[in-house]
Amino acid sequence: MTRKVLCVIDTAYRCTLEEQDEPAIWITHAMRGAGADLAVLLRGNAVSYAVKGQDARGLAFGARTQTQPPQLDADVEKLAGKGVEVYVVEDDVAERGLERSDLIAGIKPVSRAGVGRLYGAHDQIWHW
Amino acid sequence: MEKKKFTLVLMDAPFENARTVSGLRLVDAALRKGHDVTVFAYEGAAALTFARQTPHANAVHGRDAAQEDHPLPREWVAALFAAARAGGQTLDWINCGLCVDERGVGEFIEGARRGSPADLWKAAEASDNTLVLGAK
Amino acid sequence: MAKYILIESRDPFESNEVPHQYELAASLAREGNTVTLFLVQNGVMPARRSSRSDALARLAKGGVEVLADELSLRERGIGGDRLVAGVAVATIDVVIDQLADGRKAIWH
Repeated sequence: MTRKVLCVIDTAYRCTLEEQDEPAIWITHAMRGAGADLAVLLRGNAVSYAVKGQDARGLAFGARTQTQPPQLDADVEKLAGKGVEVYVVEDDVAERGLERSDLIAGIKPVSRAGVGRLYGAHDQIWHW
Repeated sequence: MEKKKFTLVLMDAPFENARTVSGLRLVDAALRKGHDVTVFAYEGAAALTFARQTPHANAVHGRDAAQEDHPLPREWVAALFAAARAGGQTLDWINCGLCVDERGVGEFIEGARRGSPADLWKAAEASDNTLVLGAK
Repeated sequence: MAKYILIESRDPFESNEVPHQYELAASLAREGNTVTLFLVQNGVMPARRSSRSDALARLAKGGVEVLADELSLRERGIGGDRLVAGVAVATIDVVIDQLADGRKAIWH
C-alpha cells in the first residue's frame, strides 16, 4: 500500500559530527533510493540544516582526522534534487535570526500555523 | 479485534533514554492485543539485542548480580519474542546493518536480524500503521 | 477529516517545542480533525496542576482528548487528585488501539 510520508526533523546536531551525517536525512535519502514517496519538514533547530555555509571541517583527535565531515546543507539540497519536497517552518527560521537568503535553494517555507495542513496532505507523519 | 501489522522505529541506545522502555511497552501492548509488529532498530537501538549484554551487581544497594536481577534489554526483547510465539503473533526485529557495524554489536540474540533502510520502507508499506520514536 | 494521535513524551519545563505541539493539536482540532494528545514519560509533568497546566486544560476544552499514561504518572508520584481538569488517565494500550484505528500517529 503506497503511502506519502512526511518526515519531520526538529532535533539538530545530536550526533552529526560522530555520524558524519544527520541520520534522519540519511535514511530519507536511502528510502528514497528504495522508491519511497517522502517529503521532509525541517522545524525547530533543524531549520539550521538548510543554512548555507555550514562548515564542520577540522575535527581530529591525535593523528586521527575526520576526512568526510558532514555537509548537511548539501545533503538537504540533494534531497530536493531527488524530487523530495523539503519544507521549512518559516517562524522557526525567523526566530533564529535567519533570513530566507541564508537558506539553500529549493526549500519551501511553511508557516507554523500551516503545519497542520501539511500533515493533512500526507498519509503518515514520521517524526524523527 | 482484527489483527493489524505495525512498524515501530526505535533509535535510542540501551540505558540512555526512557523512549526505550516506552518502545518496548508499545511492542508488548501490540502483541498482547494480537497484532504483528516489526521493529526497525536504527542508530543506538541496534544495540538493544546485543547478545553480550551482561548483568552486574549493585554495591550502592548492597545487591549481588543475582539479587539485583536487572533485566537487560536483550532479555526484554527475548521475552517479547517468546510472547509473540506463544500468542501466535509475529515479532520481526530488524537491526539497521550499518548501525550494527559502527557500534560493533553484530552478535544478536536469536530472532533479531540485520537489515537496511529498504527493509524499513518495505515493512512500513506492508503495515497498517507506523510509529517512529525519534532520538532527541 | 482525519484522526490523529499526538504522543507527547517531553515537557514544557524542558523544551520550548512542546507548546508548539500543543498548538498543533489545538489547530488540528479546530480544523475539524479528531485529535488525542497522549502524554507519556516526562510529558505527564504538566498534568499535575501547576503554572504550565493551563495549556492542557485549554486543549481539553477545545475538543482535544488529553490522556496521561498511568505508569508515567505513577512513576512520577502524580496522583489522580492532582491532575488538571480535562486530563484523563489511560494505559499505553490506547496508543495501539488508535494505531489500529488508522490514526496518523506522531511521537514527539
